[in-house]
Amino acid sequence: MAARAEADLRTRLQNWIPKLVLSPSLAMIFVFVYGFILFTLYLSFTDSRMLPSFGWVGLENYSKLWRLSHWEISLTNMGIFAGLYIVVCTVIGLMLAIFLDQKIRGEGVLRPLYLYPMALSFIVTGTAWKWFLDPGIGLENTMHLWGWESFSFNWIKDRNYAIYCLVLAAVWQTSGFVMAMFLAGLRGIDNEILKAAQMDGASNWNLYRRIIIPQLRPAFLSAFVILAHLAIKTFDLVIALTGGGPGRATELPATFMYSYTFTRNQMGIGAASAVIMLMTIAAIMIPYLYAELRERK
Amino acid sequence: MNKTYKHLKLSAAALALSVGVAQAADVEVLHWWTSGGEAAALNVLKQDLEGQGIGWQDMPVAGGGGTEAMTVLRARVTAGNAPTAVQMLGFDILDWAKEGALADLNATAAAEGWDAVVPEALQAFAKHDGKWISAPVNVHSTNWVWANKAVLDANGISAPTTWEEFVAAVETLHDAGVTAIAHGGQAWQDATVFDAVAMSTGGPDFYKAAFIDLDPTALGSDTMKEAFDRMAFIRDHVDENFSGRDWNLATAMVINGEAGFQMMGDWAKGEFLNAGKVPGEDFLCFRFPGTGSQVTFNADQFAMFDQGGPVSAEQAALASAILSPSFQSAFNVVKGSVPARTDVSDEAFDACAKQGMKDLAAASASGNLFGSMAHGHAAPASVKNAIYDVVTAHFNGEYDSATAVTELVEAVSIAQ
Repeated sequence: MAARAEADLRTRLQNWIPKLVLSPSLAMIFVFVYGFILFTLYLSFTDSRMLPSFGWVGLENYSKLWRLSHWEISLTNMGIFAGLYIVVCTVIGLMLAIFLDQKIRGEGVLRPLYLYPMALSFIVTGTAWKWFLDPGIGLENTMHLWGWESFSFNWIKDRNYAIYCLVLAAVWQTSGFVMAMFLAGLRGIDNEILKAAQMDGASNWNLYRRIIIPQLRPAFLSAFVILAHLAIKTFDLVIALTGGGPGRATELPATFMYSYTFTRNQMGIGAASAVIMLMTIAAIMIPYLYAELRERK
Repeated sequence: MNKTYKHLKLSAAALALSVGVAQAADVEVLHWWTSGGEAAALNVLKQDLEGQGIGWQDMPVAGGGGTEAMTVLRARVTAGNAPTAVQMLGFDILDWAKEGALADLNATAAAEGWDAVVPEALQAFAKHDGKWISAPVNVHSTNWVWANKAVLDANGISAPTTWEEFVAAVETLHDAGVTAIAHGGQAWQDATVFDAVAMSTGGPDFYKAAFIDLDPTALGSDTMKEAFDRMAFIRDHVDENFSGRDWNLATAMVINGEAGFQMMGDWAKGEFLNAGKVPGEDFLCFRFPGTGSQVTFNADQFAMFDQGGPVSAEQAALASAILSPSFQSAFNVVKGSVPARTDVSDEAFDACAKQGMKDLAAASASGNLFGSMAHGHAAPASVKNAIYDVVTAHFNGEYDSATAVTELVEAVSIAQ
């Protein structure tokens, strides 16, 4: 009897302890993540300037936000940057993964080489590329010193092309990571299927196009979600590489949000832009989560 | 045993007392003067206070312009732990005063007669509702042009005093294959030049109407379009690689004779002096052509944060030390600015600073002293940055002058 009671207590404890241990962090996440999301949402409807204040102004901040050409530029830049970044990273990552998957010698050395840029912070990447791309000290100058006088590469100083410099640096940083994801996907494919296909006389090209790449669908999805949210929250890379310049040519929504909230004393408009960014991310994440959860049922 | 215990208790009490006293007599100062010369200049103040038995807790937050420092300050005040004194600029002071966060310094001001010696245009940023709320340290003027004398002499140019003469000088240099204007393409530097250009194009009344009163007619006027056209002329005569360059690198171009002129505030002088150049011999300083009798300024000040109750003795001592003529002279000689009070002897200063002090006093007396838009002393931060956006977009060729004027009116109205 006593033994049973003790066992009972034990199972109950075992049931309770994980919940007890998890609850503080859960509470903190509720307050500091979801609580502050709600707070930001609320601020976006108020007349907050330097410090939060609570005078209700309705949708005024949103209408101001959409009248700002600065915000339009940030959104256009986001479109260019995110589109190119996601596509180029995926293509390069996939190609690297396929090449590395050819059972080549020295894969153990090559793989980390491609992966290492990911270990750097965006600040380091940004600063290094800033020097490299600067016509006065970087690539262009070096070419001139080597005698190629007509060489010209001044994208970073040109407001029409500076945004592509951001893409260049970001792709350099992340494509190795995407490669690793695809490589894992490739290694997970059943060898039997491939052998069967080869026996049926499928060419290498058809093998990849019809069998391997379609099977990588989960890897594509994960790559897309990771790259998309990295693109939307890109902030430090812009600060380090171009500082938002030349002019305002490389501002992104994240830098816009920071400057309006914290340096321009326009917290209301900053909060409104943060809400829009959140909704953009949600528009990408919710269908993804929905699809994932439904598949598991 | 009992005796030892009693002794221990006593000394602990004494210790607690001394700690308490030390805390009460400390000032915690938040500032962003971290570079060599500035830190040395601040040391003068520190020693002065230590002589009065007041400890100094340094709280430097690096970052020019104080953006980072202001972010830290906001966090500290929101957490209910405001520093004793904070270095601040222009509208930040007034914004904090509106929040009711600053201490009233009227008693010190009255005792030391600040009203009589601090220029009125500067008082507008040091007083709120008739109360002194901060102690000005210096006055920087921003409408200076710095020129390499050897380059000018070699091309037969003397210091231009009107826009037309300036255009001629720039074109002469350009034809001679010299970079005429050294400039760093950062928003605040573009705006610094724009300040002077607008003042020169439209005169002081226009400047006041556009940037201080934010009058839409002045902002959208043909004069403003002319100012933007002049900016485009300047844009055409900077070198190819100007974008993103720091101001001191642009100054170095003038120092090394790679460029003729730089439009920059008086902090640029420190770079020339550090390079061993002599004002009047190696380099020239003169007001931006067409703004000979005007001065646009920005001023560093120390605001005292309300620590609950009336202003503390330490805060009063700090404030009066900041405005003492000896500190004003010692600090500003090092910093490159001019004293915030007009009755300080100019003996210790160099030629450019002597002229700056004379200009300041004259401009203040004749109503020609204006806060600099580019440096947050004409309009609040939100409006200032809105103007930055337009000026820097136009300077980088995003749109022409006519569009820039329309954009300017729109941007300022949104930011208000």
